[in-house]
Amino acid sequence: MSEGISRRTFLRISGAGAVAGASGVHLANADAATPAADTSRTLLPYPSRPVGMAARMPVNEAIAFSYPDASSPCAAIRMGAAVPGGVGPDRDIVAFSTLCTHMGCPVAYDAGTRTFKCGCHFSMFDAEKAGQMICGQATENLPRVQLSYDEKTGTVSAIGVDGLIYGRQANIL
Amino acid sequence: MANAKDQLTLPPSNARKTNLTCHFCIVGCGYHVYQWPEGTEGGRAPGQNALGVDFRKQLPALTMTLTPAMTNTVTARDGSRHNIMIVPDKGCVVNSGLSSTRGGKLASYMYTPDGIGRDRLHSPMIYAADQWMETDWNNALALYAGVMQRILDRDGPDGVMFSCFDHGGAGGGFENTWGTGKLMFSAIRTQMVRIHNRPAYNSECHATREMGIGELNNAYEDAELADVIMAIGTNAYETQTNYFLNHWLPNLQGGTAGKRKARFPGETIEQPRIIIVDPRRTPTVAVAEQVAGKGNVLHLDLQPGTDIALFDGLFTYVVEKGWIDRPFIETRTRGFDAAVKANRLSLEETSRITGIPQDNLVKAAEWAYKPKASGQPPRTMHAYEKGIIWGNDNYLIQSSLVDLVLATHNVGRRGTGVVRMGGHQEGYTRPPYPGKGKIYIDQELINGKGRMMTWWGCNNFQTSNNAQTLREAVLRRSQMVKEAMAKTRGATPDQMADVIYEATRKGGLFVASINLYPTKLSEAAHVMLPAAHPGEMNLTSMNGERRLRLSERFMDPPGSALPDCLIAARIANTLKAMYEKAGNPAMAGRFEGFAWTTEEDAFNDGFRQAGQAGAGPIDSQGGPTGNLATYERLRVMGNNGVQLPIKEYANGKLVGTEMLYTDSKFDTTDGKAEFKPAPWPGLPKTVAALKAKYRFWINNGRSNEIWQTAYHDQYNEFVKGRYPMAYIELNPADAGSLGIAAGDVVEVFNDFGSTYAMAYPVPSAKPGQTFMVFGYVNGIQGDVTTDWTDRNIIPYYKGTWADIRRVGSMDDYKRKVSFKDRRFA
Repeated sequence: MSEGISRRTFLRISGAGAVAGASGVHLANADAATPAADTSRTLLPYPSRPVGMAARMPVNEAIAFSYPDASSPCAAIRMGAAVPGGVGPDRDIVAFSTLCTHMGCPVAYDAGTRTFKCGCHFSMFDAEKAGQMICGQATENLPRVQLSYDEKTGTVSAIGVDGLIYGRQANIL
Repeated sequence: MANAKDQLTLPPSNARKTNLTCHFCIVGCGYHVYQWPEGTEGGRAPGQNALGVDFRKQLPALTMTLTPAMTNTVTARDGSRHNIMIVPDKGCVVNSGLSSTRGGKLASYMYTPDGIGRDRLHSPMIYAADQWMETDWNNALALYAGVMQRILDRDGPDGVMFSCFDHGGAGGGFENTWGTGKLMFSAIRTQMVRIHNRPAYNSECHATREMGIGELNNAYEDAELADVIMAIGTNAYETQTNYFLNHWLPNLQGGTAGKRKARFPGETIEQPRIIIVDPRRTPTVAVAEQVAGKGNVLHLDLQPGTDIALFDGLFTYVVEKGWIDRPFIETRTRGFDAAVKANRLSLEETSRITGIPQDNLVKAAEWAYKPKASGQPPRTMHAYEKGIIWGNDNYLIQSSLVDLVLATHNVGRRGTGVVRMGGHQEGYTRPPYPGKGKIYIDQELINGKGRMMTWWGCNNFQTSNNAQTLREAVLRRSQMVKEAMAKTRGATPDQMADVIYEATRKGGLFVASINLYPTKLSEAAHVMLPAAHPGEMNLTSMNGERRLRLSERFMDPPGSALPDCLIAARIANTLKAMYEKAGNPAMAGRFEGFAWTTEEDAFNDGFRQAGQAGAGPIDSQGGPTGNLATYERLRVMGNNGVQLPIKEYANGKLVGTEMLYTDSKFDTTDGKAEFKPAPWPGLPKTVAALKAKYRFWINNGRSNEIWQTAYHDQYNEFVKGRYPMAYIELNPADAGSLGIAAGDVVEVFNDFGSTYAMAYPVPSAKPGQTFMVFGYVNGIQGDVTTDWTDRNIIPYYKGTWADIRRVGSMDDYKRKVSFKDRRFA
């Protein structure tokens, strides 16, 4: 956070997050209207939600969004080269929850190192290695937002979350 | 469930709740265990779950930590299954609700047949022919005790060797050090014993104790009260995490200024500072700079092995400047003048030896020892750990450090202390060691001595110095016994004990391992006995501020596994019966006194008997007032326990001691602390020869994410995925010159051995200096440490030099493992 890039990135995440919230996020509770008695499901009912157009995503900048609901801030990044779990034409787009899995402090994207850093207890997560904790006090890597890429439209959408988002019993409230 | 990591089961309001002290490091954070029958669960409303937390909406940051790793489902011996959740206790003054990456996984490590602990030993096992055979305790102990009886009768106790834990926490505790100690020292009466992490039976703190100062002499709160913290060879963010996060950081951030003002009226309260003495830029240095500001952090990155010169130089300088407490020195200490003379080292010479610029030496002295504006000396806490305990001459470094501390009176005043940070928790209660001197047990084994060797709760194939030579010797000698056993058909345990004994007469070594897991020792062992760990037994230990807690049993150990103290009792009772059968009442009598059915029996027999009338001599960290602690009283004291020594039991509570030596009465016969001459000796010859011959210093130590030998972690993908192999940090230019890239496998080799590691270039590594994870399961750093030790047989684990060559490239590591700098910036 002490470096200019991190700070800008953090502000960008915060600002964009507010916009996403205001624009009416597809809330999980809206989906929860389906009958609970459907016992065929073993997966949580994640919504599908567009994150952005792959071609328009700037390289190495965190695009803030919330998923699966407005109270869960996330960031998508186009890394510029293929990375594990990456989607899109270059398999380089990834997204993560930006709440540290340790105690829920916001993690800031540092474009210089391409890592997410938590200022509370100093956990760091590698955006290029599937959110792996580099060093820190979390017991889980950063939850990965599962993305899908629509080749026809070029849209990247969030479709699920791999890992428990901080502060929840389940990712879908 | 396909995607089960995105949700967890909440404990219902009526879930059973017990206390657990984290057993992974000395800090001993308090945790709560919730347990409830599988198939039931709590709800999201605060009244519907035992945590009392509202999960109907997103929790704000810092509410609590609760992750899938904090949950598990365990199976009891009666087949019933329970969910468990183990979360940090906000009411515990040690951690205040914080969990580290190690303690946060406590639940994951509890035994479950398909979980991380699936490879735990369930039953005693005997190596028969070409396979490990599960057996029962009677059969295994008939063989184990049978061999021991033959050795005792024919050769005496020197033929029976042990390597055994002496600590608290997992694989330790007052119950288990007593049980094992009573067996080894009172019953078997062998002196051929080494301790888990060092090759003799010795202390890691001889010098400071001889000077009259026990090494755990302050409270964690003193780190909140200090003007300056001098951290020497300790990387607290990674290895005493919540002591650092919950007590050091609040001070460095200025958060305890009010408390300091209130405690010390009339004293200038300035921005606290931290001096870190370490050749390496550790993650702790990086975090300290982040929170305190670079201007308040002084990193003294001395040349390896030059700590004595540093402390001698600072000592000489503060004496010259008069920044010492003359009245204290004159009335409460001895030997000051001799130490001044012996330790004299000019700033110029100190700078030349340590490589630290003179300006920084002066700055350190001014920060730590120059009187404050209000006239009082600063309150400087000196905290040290393996950087000097396993440094160039443990005894002399501690002497030189404590000389400096005594001269400046930085002990016994709140906000000071000269303390080791510690590795495991402590938990020592044993009869006195029966030997007269210190015996280098590993060398005895290497030289063919001893007939049977038991590794108890430790694994020196991964954690000793000169480990490759030790391993080769043990495997060679063990194989002789294995071959003799394999050729024997239809033998009873008694007959097999004869066969084994005969093989040991020809140089063979009978090997037993008592542990949670098979470990690498299974390559050498003939018998393995399954042990239990905290949560599966009641266990008492004390942390780095002498805080004693009862960590409560909440589940069964796997299979027929037992607490170590009860294993010791079974061994003793087996031998007692054997000697009674043999008509040898004298020997049978030595094995009496083990009629324990629970671990509490062992606690009452050892810890609570120390110093009591009629009890034999007992060396106990509880001292003579340990008797006041009972399980029932400790249960009432909960996760905050009581700080030893206990002062009294009053109003239903145990009252302890926050800081030692506040009355300046030290642990010597006349109560005066003793200065010790500690002249700078240079590097040991063995080490200096390696340094001259090889290019790289192979510094080594612990890593935040890996506990100990990775005995649990090797089965945990979160850790093993991060570190599939021991990593070695090295300078990028050095790596480049050898054609080494991040993720390559390299060989590290010297005159003592060879090992392998995963290359991890980092810019902060100095040219010619590396750092390798110690004790890891895949890549054993100890293979290249020397056989040199100090006068008390403490190895210089940190001091070895070696060459490095690229072996090959692991695409899998490069693809999956992060090689970004572990230092926060």
